[in-house]
Amino acid sequence: MIVLVDESFLKRKSIQIRKDLLEMIYNAGTGHTGSSLSNTDILTALYYGVMRIDPENSNWQDRDRYVQSKGHAVESYWTVLADKGFFPKDELKTFSQFGSKLIGHPNNKMPGVEMNTGALGHGLSISVGMALGAKKDGKSYRVFTLMGDGEQAEGSIWEAAMAASHYKLDNLIGIIDRNNLQITGSTRDVMNNEPLDEKWKSFGWEVIEVDGNDVVELVEVLNNAPYKTDKPTLILANTVKGKGVSLAENVVGWHHKVPSEEEYKQAMDELTERLEVLK
Amino acid sequence: MNNIALKSRSGNKVANRKVISDTLLDLAKENSDIYVLTSDSRGSASMVQFGNELPEQLIEVGIAEQNLVGISAGLASVGKKPFVASPACFLSMRSIEQIKVDVAYSNSNVKLIGISGGVSYGALGMSHHSVQDLAVTRAIPGLHVMMPADRHETKKMIEALIDYDTPAYVRIGRNPVEDSYLNEDYDFEIGKAVEMNQGNDITIIASGETVRVALDTACALKDSDINCRVLNMHTIKPLDEVAIIKAAKETGKIITLEEHSIYGGLGAAVSEVVSQNHPVPMKIIGIPDEPAITGKTPEVFKHYGINAENISNIAKEMIHHN
Ligand SMILES: Cc1ncc(C[n+]2csc(CCOP(=O)(O)OP(=O)(O)O)c2C)c(N)n1
Repeated sequence: MIVLVDESFLKRKSIQIRKDLLEMIYNAGTGHTGSSLSNTDILTALYYGVMRIDPENSNWQDRDRYVQSKGHAVESYWTVLADKGFFPKDELKTFSQFGSKLIGHPNNKMPGVEMNTGALGHGLSISVGMALGAKKDGKSYRVFTLMGDGEQAEGSIWEAAMAASHYKLDNLIGIIDRNNLQITGSTRDVMNNEPLDEKWKSFGWEVIEVDGNDVVELVEVLNNAPYKTDKPTLILANTVKGKGVSLAENVVGWHHKVPSEEEYKQAMDELTERLEVLK
Repeated sequence: MNNIALKSRSGNKVANRKVISDTLLDLAKENSDIYVLTSDSRGSASMVQFGNELPEQLIEVGIAEQNLVGISAGLASVGKKPFVASPACFLSMRSIEQIKVDVAYSNSNVKLIGISGGVSYGALGMSHHSVQDLAVTRAIPGLHVMMPADRHETKKMIEALIDYDTPAYVRIGRNPVEDSYLNEDYDFEIGKAVEMNQGNDITIIASGETVRVALDTACALKDSDINCRVLNMHTIKPLDEVAIIKAAKETGKIITLEEHSIYGGLGAAVSEVVSQNHPVPMKIIGIPDEPAITGKTPEVFKHYGINAENISNIAKEMIHHN
């Protein structure tokens, strides 16, 4: 499939989303800064270059489905959904405030969210159910699931991985945000899960490795899935946690850290500068 | 109430799992959105025939109970009506987080059928008994918790749940159970207790297979001129508070019976209502806080005093104590 994408638009969008989510986190005084910045390009690719969705009609039956298994990176998700028009951008100001629907994990009270997540290891099973439902109905929508690399330690993921290939779900695309970090430290040190590619291959998946912070490459790779008839696709997206904000890049402490006033200014300046260059 | 098998027993014994399977098979033939999901449990769920007749509507996930519930939530989210049939002990424990988040919190229309529940796995021991499932599921917002008494109620319950969009956990036992109803000629309403026997001297509230024990107790008490009200609380959540408060006011004493730990189950649920609305003396009868003794269900019930003889004695004591 040849896809025409406006590369510059995508790149600018991924930076603008970063600015929006940082602003939201800074104002709320809470948020998974590093985790959200890590997968911002993946979400940007999905929502602006890949998925068939209609924000005006969020329950459109033939829409592509997205399940955010790494639910904690909700800041990137809320920001993208608001930017796409699923709900007014103004609502981002209520993030994590008392009684807000924009809570610290995906919540399907908000349009655009399929499933409530937050407990790691659930998203792929849910996606298997959705993909199986599509097959049963002869529908052509695809199901995308975003997982963390630390999350790979959850046994339930491997139950789902087995089921997906067993049921030949080539309409299912799993994405691993492989930033090599989790809360405590490096994923290799906490619980080594490598070689991930061989593990997924041995579970019957077609594995594609990609630069997970290259939004243009992501769009191309995601649009071309599935790569093999009858096989689910696993996108091993190599990323940098905290990507785009130098002071947070690859620093384990930024998993759930809120920038100070100074850090915030520095981060925003850096992103604004990058945006200027792309204009 | 002439359809209650109070005395006239049919002697008929049918396993509720068979009833669920037959009922779902009938309904699923007409409705291709109905799915049964199993975790290497189709035999114990009596779903073999369902799978043979409607292979496209039975989804096997293997021995993976977390995945079982997650997949069901996904299917529900794309418009299917999944019925999960897996042993209550595993379903209510191994996959409880998926039940809480993917099903209840996400409001996925999944019906969870906990088969071989309570102590019905008999000799297999605590790993296979499920006498904590009501406590756990009852505390989850957005999830109904139900337990049918016999084959008639099981059928009506499943039929009622088909077009009912709230997720539910339904617990049944493994073994054939005696009838509590004579037929299906009565109104079954989710969340509404059935008064199985009238009486104003004392109330026994039971659910599932202990309803039969409650009816037997009411019969025994009748011989001593004691009129015992029997409430069949087939829906443990949402609980029929009106019927409970009415019973407390009108009969002044309540005994609860359950095939479940005395902690957190039917007795606890009833006492939460009674204590806060119309406190009256209560006795909670169930499985004590220990790994339940192993044996056949009637043996286990007898061991823990879940039988007519013991409960009528308790009832008499409570009445004469007044
Ligand atoms: C079942 C479960 N256990 C623990 C947590 C707490 N938790 C939230 S994020 C996280 C680390 C996730 O690391 P990774 O999957 O690598 O994602 P990243 O944020 O690094 O992209 C943990 C342990 C959780 N949300 N769910």
